[in-house]
Amino acid sequence: MGREFGEVILDLQSVSLAFGGVKALTDISFNVREHEIRAIIGPNGAGKSSMLNVINGVYRPQQGEIILRGQHFTRMNPYKAARAGISRTFQNIALFKGMSVIDNLMTGRNLKIRSNLLQQAFWWGPARREELAHRAKVEEVIDFLEIQHIRKTPVGRLPYGLQKRVDLGRALAMEPSILLLDEPMAGMNVEEKQDMCRFILDVNDQFGTTIVLIEHDMGVVMDVSDRVVVLDYGRKIGDGVPDEVRANPEVVSAYLGASH
Amino acid sequence: MGFFIETLIGGLMAGMLYSLVALGFVLIFKASGVFNFAQGAMVLFAALAMARFSAWIPEWLGIDSRLLANGIAFILSAALMCVVAWLIERLVLRHLVNQDGATLLMATLGIAYVLEGIGSSIFGSDIYRIDVGMPKEPVMILEGSIEGGLLINKEDFVAALVAALLVGTLWLFFQKTSTGRALRAVADDHQAAQSIGIPLNRIWVIVWCVAGLVALVAGIIWGSKLGVQFSLATVALRGLPVVILGGLTSIPGAIIGGLIIGVGEKLSEVYLGPLIGGGIEIWFAYQLALVFLLFRPQGLFGEKIIDRV
Repeated sequence: MGREFGEVILDLQSVSLAFGGVKALTDISFNVREHEIRAIIGPNGAGKSSMLNVINGVYRPQQGEIILRGQHFTRMNPYKAARAGISRTFQNIALFKGMSVIDNLMTGRNLKIRSNLLQQAFWWGPARREELAHRAKVEEVIDFLEIQHIRKTPVGRLPYGLQKRVDLGRALAMEPSILLLDEPMAGMNVEEKQDMCRFILDVNDQFGTTIVLIEHDMGVVMDVSDRVVVLDYGRKIGDGVPDEVRANPEVVSAYLGASH
Repeated sequence: MGFFIETLIGGLMAGMLYSLVALGFVLIFKASGVFNFAQGAMVLFAALAMARFSAWIPEWLGIDSRLLANGIAFILSAALMCVVAWLIERLVLRHLVNQDGATLLMATLGIAYVLEGIGSSIFGSDIYRIDVGMPKEPVMILEGSIEGGLLINKEDFVAALVAALLVGTLWLFFQKTSTGRALRAVADDHQAAQSIGIPLNRIWVIVWCVAGLVALVAGIIWGSKLGVQFSLATVALRGLPVVILGGLTSIPGAIIGGLIIGVGEKLSEVYLGPLIGGGIEIWFAYQLALVFLLFRPQGLFGEKIIDRV
């Protein structure tokens, strides 16, 4: 492929997660290098979403550590993760449905807003300039995702494919260094999938954003990602570049359901 | 004609006061998706604080000026409501992040009882009065243009003005500031809001503070009309039909809902009363709310909730 990656920026070390007696993840380790597109795949119930939720701090693993740019986290939470430059999208879209597309994207700028409540309330000079600057940044994201025409539409009224795009937009508005995508193409038609693929590659290419994604569509995963982790029943059964993973007999049997 | 307009204005002003109570519900619902059963208790608690502080302060500080004493009492009560908001977040809400709506609802019921209990043990449970110098005597206006003139209750007029001002400010705050936007985001989806770095805890403190301040204003206005006593907590019941009518998520809805109910009550009492027997004022609002629940459950301005199946 000839693509150059930086050093490891996100490292998961022997992460285990259980809900009561159900083991969702067992002793999983893998790392993510700067600037790469890293995919997590696996059959239904393999623990992919749990994995993403651990990285982003929604779930707290019973064992293991997350090392983000050399910093050790045993107790991550979503707020800390956001501050550390991790943003994410959701499998079943968690947009703010009553708000317009612009407002949804503007919430993504929340962490970057410096003016305080009082200044905002009085539409104070610096607060106003700041709001305009954030708005300009959001417009860039809107241009990038080609959603100019739905700017003012309440998100709840948009078709599914566009909502997915707005979800990505809100994550991008945060200018993340690591972007987590939870099944970005689930439920989309071929054309929408192609668009989404293009956006993912462009984000990675133009902004240098590191991307960790979960996806069901194997064709898409193999085309898009640089390295792939394969999970099955909460265990890691494969890890490597797409060709390696494709040739791995354990992966093949997990997907075809043989010899379990 | 003069009489009709008088009734209409009376209704509008009563309606504004209902809106003020309804506003507390809408604020909390907008920012946390919870119907706050403790709103009435907050109104009572705030009114008790205001009434007692304004009586104590002249003794403590030796101030003669009633205006100054009331001012200090207001600031103290406002601060107290913010402390209450902080405690509610700290002791209750923080532990219920991402929980089911029904769980939060039950928690607010608990908060209501605790507030009522603490309120009456700190401030006593007698009937107190709040005197912020609201003008009591009615005035005659427009004597030139309408025959007989219009008799307006000054107290209601001032109260309606204060309510309108408060509502306008809150609307601007929610729609035009980035903190307001964050509040709306939290209301829509806790998890998503957290993942984009909105600090849920701080937002909840802010919104309960604001709701506490609204309760304080409502408590003062209603308290100076009715006297501060336990039944003030049931003033919140008057806000219920208003939010059902206006929609739980809409600030303008709370206003218009309040106005419709205020006017409807007064007009039906005066014009329908003689035909079907009086006392309409008491049940009119609830009846109207019932009709809305049947035909338009999201209210006039509420967001229609459409779930993908």
